[in-house]
Amino acid sequence: MIDLSLLTDGGVGWLDASGPASHLVLSTRIRLARNLADHVFQGRTSETEREEILATVEGAARESVLLRRATRFRLDRLDRTDRQLLHERHLVSKELAGLDPDGRVRSGASLLVQDRIGVMLNEEDHLRIQGLHSGFALDAAYAEVDRLDAELGQRLAFAFHPEFGYLTSCPTNVGTGLRASVLIHLPGLVLTKEISKVLQGLAQVGLTHRGLYGEGSEVVGNFFQLSNQTTLGSSERELLDHLGKMVRQVMDYEEQARQVLVRDAPTVIEDKVWRAYGLLRYARSLSFDEAMNLLSGVRLGVGVGLIPDVAMYTLNKLLIYAQPAHLAVAEGLAPDDADLPLRRARFVRKVLESEVGRRG
Amino acid sequence: MFCDQCREREAVIHLTQIVNEQVTTLHLCEKCAAEKGVESPGAVAKTPLGSFLAAMGKGTDLAPAPRSGEVCARCGGTFQDFRETGRLGCSDCYRSFEAPLRDLLRRLHGSTHHLGERYTERDPGAALAREQAAELRERLRLAVETEDFELAAEIRDRLRVLE
Repeated sequence: MIDLSLLTDGGVGWLDASGPASHLVLSTRIRLARNLADHVFQGRTSETEREEILATVEGAARESVLLRRATRFRLDRLDRTDRQLLHERHLVSKELAGLDPDGRVRSGASLLVQDRIGVMLNEEDHLRIQGLHSGFALDAAYAEVDRLDAELGQRLAFAFHPEFGYLTSCPTNVGTGLRASVLIHLPGLVLTKEISKVLQGLAQVGLTHRGLYGEGSEVVGNFFQLSNQTTLGSSERELLDHLGKMVRQVMDYEEQARQVLVRDAPTVIEDKVWRAYGLLRYARSLSFDEAMNLLSGVRLGVGVGLIPDVAMYTLNKLLIYAQPAHLAVAEGLAPDDADLPLRRARFVRKVLESEVGRRG
Repeated sequence: MFCDQCREREAVIHLTQIVNEQVTTLHLCEKCAAEKGVESPGAVAKTPLGSFLAAMGKGTDLAPAPRSGEVCARCGGTFQDFRETGRLGCSDCYRSFEAPLRDLLRRLHGSTHHLGERYTERDPGAALAREQAAELRERLRLAVETEDFELAAEIRDRLRVLE
């Protein structure tokens, strides 16, 4: 079993809801795709070559300031539950964790992580430099990732083309190699049925949306990951500014939608959020999806001021620890154990009871 | 029915647009549709890359596709491999298949020119040193091969200083 206590805040510092606009935005993630010039891309690497890549980058990381004390996880030496645990903490991609239905974990697949930044190694690209911040914090997240990129870039030879920029295994990432994602909660737009219009609008301005777990994941609990689609032809600054501007607009739409709901359907919305709270507080069995949807309802209730006394941090914590692998590890069960929904309900009740206090 | 755009080829794609509650239908041939960024339903894939690769597979003359069997000298990958997997074999593939990739990048990103941070400017000294070291290592190999050990020792010393 992996020891996540090795990480500062268990690697979930971004959960603390301390960042800007935390009532709407859970987290901001930025990643830079980089490849070593001296090695072929991942699809053609041998096991030995992946070990070399690992050793080279780890050497550079040890000499760096930002990753000197990094904790290393070798995904290829972890069992499935542990890999899923790291994925549920948003520390590794589904691909690196080998969690796709037909996926296997690639030999050499590793994660280096120190505080809010880290590097996925032997992912689709040799390096995926990443940073994860609480709330809506594109600039802060990029500044850190950029510093790490510069530090590693001085010690490693990255594949770079004068016209195309940073070269990546998939041409969708070439150029800056930058993907910035904002994980945002949009129940107001979903309830007012405005969401598809908003998402279409975002697609037209070159942004894309994904679910809670990024690429290829479903939308659960009204959480959407909004990110830039293109990586070439604009500077990093332009990509971030554009995404930031659009996210602020989506935040405005969401606030407006919430105002409409509270103004035009106050009893419906009040019933909905308290019903969600009541179910979480007293249900005896909860599937993951149901828990996510109910948490979304309570989060909305807190956001519009209908439910006092529940901290965003408590809701964020439930969001992470009610996930299958987290719960399974805490309860000493397998992630597909039939008892899990019962344990989940018990866990949620316990957290709400101790952190929210008695409400009538 | 002829294409509304070029009025030459047969229209095969019928695009219905609603702008300001006005419904208009455009009848386009495959080529003009592709130029407008519209794919025929059969070619629509989930990702922009997928749709592009599908379009290339159908033989639309977007770019001179490399002759089958053309191989990247470094990794041995072919453009066909890329079409099948969506992943390139190595960084040299970007040179080996430059023409079709340039076209792909234009369609994916609307540009082929990187405007972001430049890696080489970051530490040109280190890049130069790396190149010099590579050259010296090659000369060292040759010196050892020809049993010129005096020269080999000298090169090794220079390499030590450089590294």
